Amino acid sequence: MKYRKRFEELFFKIISALMTYALIAVLVFIIGVIFYKGISALSWDILLKTPKGGYYYGGEGGVLNAIIGSLYIASGATFIAMIIGMPAALYLNVYLMRYKRTQNTIRFLLDTLWGIPSIVYGAFGFAMMLFLGMNASLLAGIITVSLLVLPIMVRTFDEILSTIPKGLMEASLALGSTRCETAYKIMLKQGFQGFITAVLLCFGRAIGDAASVLFTAGYSDQIPVNLDEPAATLPLAIFFQLSSPIPEVRERAFASALILTTIILVISLSARLFSMRFSQTNIR
Amino acid sequence: MELRRRIVDSFNGKWMLISLIILFILPLVIGTGLYLKSIPLLEHHSLRQLVFSTNWAPSRSSFGFWSFISGSLYVTLISFLLSLPFCLFAAIYLTQFSSRFLLRIMHPVIDILSGLPSVIYGVWGILIVVPFIGDYLAPALGTTSTGYSVLAGGSVLAVMCIPYSLNMLIEIFRTVPCGLREASLSLGATSWEAVKHVVIRGNYPGIIAAFGLGIAKAFGETIAVMMVVGNVVSNSFNPLDPAYPLPALIANNYGEMLSIPLYDSALMFAALVLFIIIVIINLIFRFLIHKTRKK
Amino acid sequence: MSILLQEIRKQPIETSSITVTKNLTPVLRMENLHVYADHLHILNDVNLLIPRNQITVLLGPSGCGKTTLLKCINKLTDLYKELKVSGRIFIDDKDILNTSKNVPDIRRKMGLLSQRPYPLPLSIFKNVAYGIKLKGVRDKKLLAFNVEKHLREVGLWEEVKNRLNEPASCLSIGQQQRLCLARGLAVKPTIILADEPTSALDPKSSNIIERSFGELKKNYTIILVTHSLRQAMRMADYVVFMSEGSIVEQGLPEILFNRPETAQLRDYLKEGC
Repeated sequence: MKYRKRFEELFFKIISALMTYALIAVLVFIIGVIFYKGISALSWDILLKTPKGGYYYGGEGGVLNAIIGSLYIASGATFIAMIIGMPAALYLNVYLMRYKRTQNTIRFLLDTLWGIPSIVYGAFGFAMMLFLGMNASLLAGIITVSLLVLPIMVRTFDEILSTIPKGLMEASLALGSTRCETAYKIMLKQGFQGFITAVLLCFGRAIGDAASVLFTAGYSDQIPVNLDEPAATLPLAIFFQLSSPIPEVRERAFASALILTTIILVISLSARLFSMRFSQTNIR
Repeated sequence: MELRRRIVDSFNGKWMLISLIILFILPLVIGTGLYLKSIPLLEHHSLRQLVFSTNWAPSRSSFGFWSFISGSLYVTLISFLLSLPFCLFAAIYLTQFSSRFLLRIMHPVIDILSGLPSVIYGVWGILIVVPFIGDYLAPALGTTSTGYSVLAGGSVLAVMCIPYSLNMLIEIFRTVPCGLREASLSLGATSWEAVKHVVIRGNYPGIIAAFGLGIAKAFGETIAVMMVVGNVVSNSFNPLDPAYPLPALIANNYGEMLSIPLYDSALMFAALVLFIIIVIINLIFRFLIHKTRKK
Repeated sequence: MSILLQEIRKQPIETSSITVTKNLTPVLRMENLHVYADHLHILNDVNLLIPRNQITVLLGPSGCGKTTLLKCINKLTDLYKELKVSGRIFIDDKDILNTSKNVPDIRRKMGLLSQRPYPLPLSIFKNVAYGIKLKGVRDKKLLAFNVEKHLREVGLWEEVKNRLNEPASCLSIGQQQRLCLARGLAVKPTIILADEPTSALDPKSSNIIERSFGELKKNYTIILVTHSLRQAMRMADYVVFMSEGSIVEQGLPEILFNRPETAQLRDYLKEGC
């Protein structure tokens, strides 16, 4: 009997350890494959040129239009999410502080909102676009993506804000600041690390999302100059190039995937670094 | 108070409230918007027929979504089965047995896994999973397959959903009070038994919720699945056959939907179905999680 | 009990302070103050006069409503939905409890020192300057002058003058508490509310805080919540003993500690030693 017990214990311990290490292996594997495949096709042309004629049949050019388009869309969407999401999270934690139940209900609804898939946002953005008589454009893409990242912004920031001790707020109020000043001068400062994390998370999500911009941002070989011009995005560039039967174009898709992965990794790492640096001025 | 300070104050305060209200209106607006767009379709067809018919011929104005819904369900099921052991065991190991050091490594690993865009997973699927299934797995099982299949879609989805469910599981398991485990251990249970009794059984609702939310995420995932699942209606139960999930249908046909009558309405209806299903799943399981947290 | 009496006898009774207390107009007056939390009656009919420029000590077992009383004065009870406050609190004959106008201005009349220090997530300098800036002072020289003045007041200036721009969280916990005191003084309050300000501190820092209180009472009215009987004896000019939400006894410390009238206070004094 004791033997069996010990065997069971050992067996499950090994299994669970294996599963854990397997996850690390999977991550290394995925990134390894992307790098291995992408690095051979990567060139300065791909990074720094827009598609020339016949690019999608193996002609000259690169995906600069998509890189810039993605950066535009991600920054625009993150910016909008910031000016709506940051105050909303502060309001939730400063003004609604007395109403624990309301707070929790709001968090619960926001979590639900977070779960809505991007294709639904895309379809909704498309419906709105038709309704407003807009064309597929940079602006439509930015708005749609900003809706997508808004709940992420609020909840990520809120998660940090909610850990701030009540005493800090009391201290600030006792000094004669209003709730609003407490929110923007003290809570924002104390939760700044969470804010930066939220912004970077949103940016990463916005730059990598394909389904929501598929309908709304359009696609163009030019770098957009105006908000009403269609814009290419990196995920879609990868997607389109990969569906081409020509091997050379597919190779470029791998190179573009490498570019996108690198951007995401950089964002991920800087989020970690930022949160380490900004936590210094805070009370612990 | 100074006048300027008072003005700034009331403006900022109002803006905070407005932004929170915007957030609240958002899901309502999405729902209504999609519903309004799908009214034309609903006027011509009954809801039951739309959902349960498998007859799909937009040019002849017959829209039956069942093949797509079932395709989605099938892919999701496969991904759930594949991700289940990983999530559960990894979460147990990380919260109960692992060293601090490993946990420190795993946090960025999970972060990056959940941060990778779905297109990247799609590329990986095309490069690795699809050829593996087409060239090795199918011949080994004595059948043929192009590799673009339900199984490929399910595997890619599983990898995508693991960090999502795993994060939640870790959070739930971490709340298990140390004393409870110690009490169980002191009664002579081995540490695995303590885990089995205290960690798993005590957190049933949380575990179900974590996986439920993972399923919801898998159900709505678009690009990665679309790239590897084949996008052909097959109506078979062989996981090595292709399928055509609902999100892929929406994403694939946005170009031509304005040229066929009712087609755009049908796709918006598909999005509405997706929206409603996922919101309902989310509401239920989030509620479960919020309840377990309160305890 | 006997030890206690000895200790009190060591301190000579200043008859002058008794007369001073009696003659001074109260700075703060509470009438029929009740606080309910859900079904609990936290404060029950509190009527209290706080004498000006004295240290009033609120004494009592934990959970008797001392902290809640302080929060009522400061209107921080607004932050807790479950607390229902009724009654009246007058500062200079103005009812502050039943008004929602200019709450920040009311709060500025009082400096709060809480159980553990909560420095704002800013530099040392800005922590003290924060309250002054809120009043609209932008002049750099004036700010610097005031910051130095208040840091000197709490004896922190010499320790931090070379690192004013470092984050306040770098300071030790005792220094943080003194910084919080300086920060509170900078808004020029008339009253200092201190909620067990030394309970988280080491003996040396508590000594410094106590000493500065002794200095500060020349210019400020201090309300000190404590559950340390010794501290109460050392500091108090006026003692209010509370138990289970109501005031049991109040009066001058010499009288109260030597001749407690109620059994509750007698028990408390016995256990406190």
